[in-house]
Amino acid sequence: MFRNQYDTDVTTWSPTGRLFQVEYAMEAVKQGSAAIGLRSRSHVVLACVNKAQSELSSHQKKIFKVDDHIGVAIAGLTADGRVLSRYMRSEAINHSFTYESPLPVGRLVVHLADKAQVCTQRSWKRPYGVGLLVGGLDESGAHLYYNCPSGNYFEYQAFAIGSRSQAAKTYLERRFESFGDSSREDLIKDAILAVRETLQGETLKSSLCTVSVLGVGEPFHFLDQETIQKVIDTFEKVPEDEAGEAGEAGEGEAEAAAAAAPAEQGGGGAGDQDVAPMEM
Amino acid sequence: MTFTIPIDNGDALKNAETDSQRTLYPYVTGTSIVAIKYKDGVLMASDMGGSYGSTLRYKNIERVKAIGKHSLLGASGEISDFQEILRYLDELVLNDNMWDDGNSLGPKEVHNYLTRVMYNRRNKFNPLWNTLVLGGVKNGQSYLGMVSMIGVSFEDNHVATGFGNHLARPILRDEWHADLSFEDGVKLLEKCMRVLLYRDRSAINKLQIAKITEEGVTVSQPYSLKTFWEFQAFHNPTAGAQGSW
Repeated sequence: MFRNQYDTDVTTWSPTGRLFQVEYAMEAVKQGSAAIGLRSRSHVVLACVNKAQSELSSHQKKIFKVDDHIGVAIAGLTADGRVLSRYMRSEAINHSFTYESPLPVGRLVVHLADKAQVCTQRSWKRPYGVGLLVGGLDESGAHLYYNCPSGNYFEYQAFAIGSRSQAAKTYLERRFESFGDSSREDLIKDAILAVRETLQGETLKSSLCTVSVLGVGEPFHFLDQETIQKVIDTFEKVPEDEAGEAGEAGEGEAEAAAAAAPAEQGGGGAGDQDVAPMEM
Repeated sequence: MTFTIPIDNGDALKNAETDSQRTLYPYVTGTSIVAIKYKDGVLMASDMGGSYGSTLRYKNIERVKAIGKHSLLGASGEISDFQEILRYLDELVLNDNMWDDGNSLGPKEVHNYLTRVMYNRRNKFNPLWNTLVLGGVKNGQSYLGMVSMIGVSFEDNHVATGFGNHLARPILRDEWHADLSFEDGVKLLEKCMRVLLYRDRSAINKLQIAKITEEGVTVSQPYSLKTFWEFQAFHNPTAGAQGSW
């Protein structure tokens, strides 16, 4: 994307019907470190890469508990993400208080999307620069949603956002059809394997990733480092085989998105001109 | 998002003009509601009377109404406040339906919403002068609860309001058991309603029994109970009474 005369204001349309400020906000999501979500019929797993500013600092918190039955993973401006998580927690607890019943995740996501939309239509605001993977339960089972700075939201079987998420998405695209009936353990394993794809060669250690699980009868909680390391050990023990498979999957093979993802035009110039990501 | 707790006009306590808007005492009232859980769901009985003080003014008031797909609401106390509550619930159910997303308000949610409403009004010294009974079935689970005008709320296997608390509940404590059949449930409720008919001066002999199961709500047509007034003690009631006290 290049600078143009229609991109100063969020309330200015371009002649081709695009709101560039909103699209730039979506670029911010791509700069954040990766976050991954997958779901089966009864469980949702959220995982993310622990990125720290420097060796001296701790890593940023990217996965938040919203309620016992809802969790969110963010990518992009983590400050915006924190504020939105607080809003989600507030909505969830208000609903719980009035109705003594958990807020259906599908309704929370719509509130979130409407909140994001407001920022695309006020000249004194700017869009939130964070993408949210919201996983939660409602009456019909487990759901995973992606909320975009544009105010759109989509439901997914599995998705990845943030930098180098294409590699994870490629991995997930190959396997997503089986996720619905996956066991909880397989789902966790797939999440960690997807995280590994985004690391692109770096050895996967439990300190590099955060994993959270929620499901029917299982309130939202983080997996501890030991548990994660155990799962890693089941596949890192045979590095040659797994590395061979990873090589096949390949990073940068932009497969046409069959299942879930809207096309991520990372850094491409001409290719973007005609397609506004938020319209998909 | 604000949850739809109905607010009245500001401070009911300070202003002289708004003072007359607070509820001070009820005018047209309904008497007891009696309700029990049974095998397939919940049964709720009420008579159709609306008293204006000691006058039995209205004799065709339905005091039990269906709420959404899964709930039944019965009310005793001020009839106009009951109608107001029905309006709030109507809006609540409408908004819930508009989501059109496969999630729906169950009896537990409605009961808790009503508890919030009643308690909040009580805190403003402007209560809705009702005792409400909320029953329902969702996903095979039966639910029966009660909220009073001061916001006291609880669940139980059998509940009753007003005089029903004193006359019907002792019967229910003795004779209610889990998995009552529909016929036994109705017989039990009729037994309670008959006692109320004899002993509650604001009860009338025209009652409705409502049933809620997983399939939905049915409210019976109004009918009367058989009564017997030929007890010896009624023939010469003052025999044995000496003096005016």
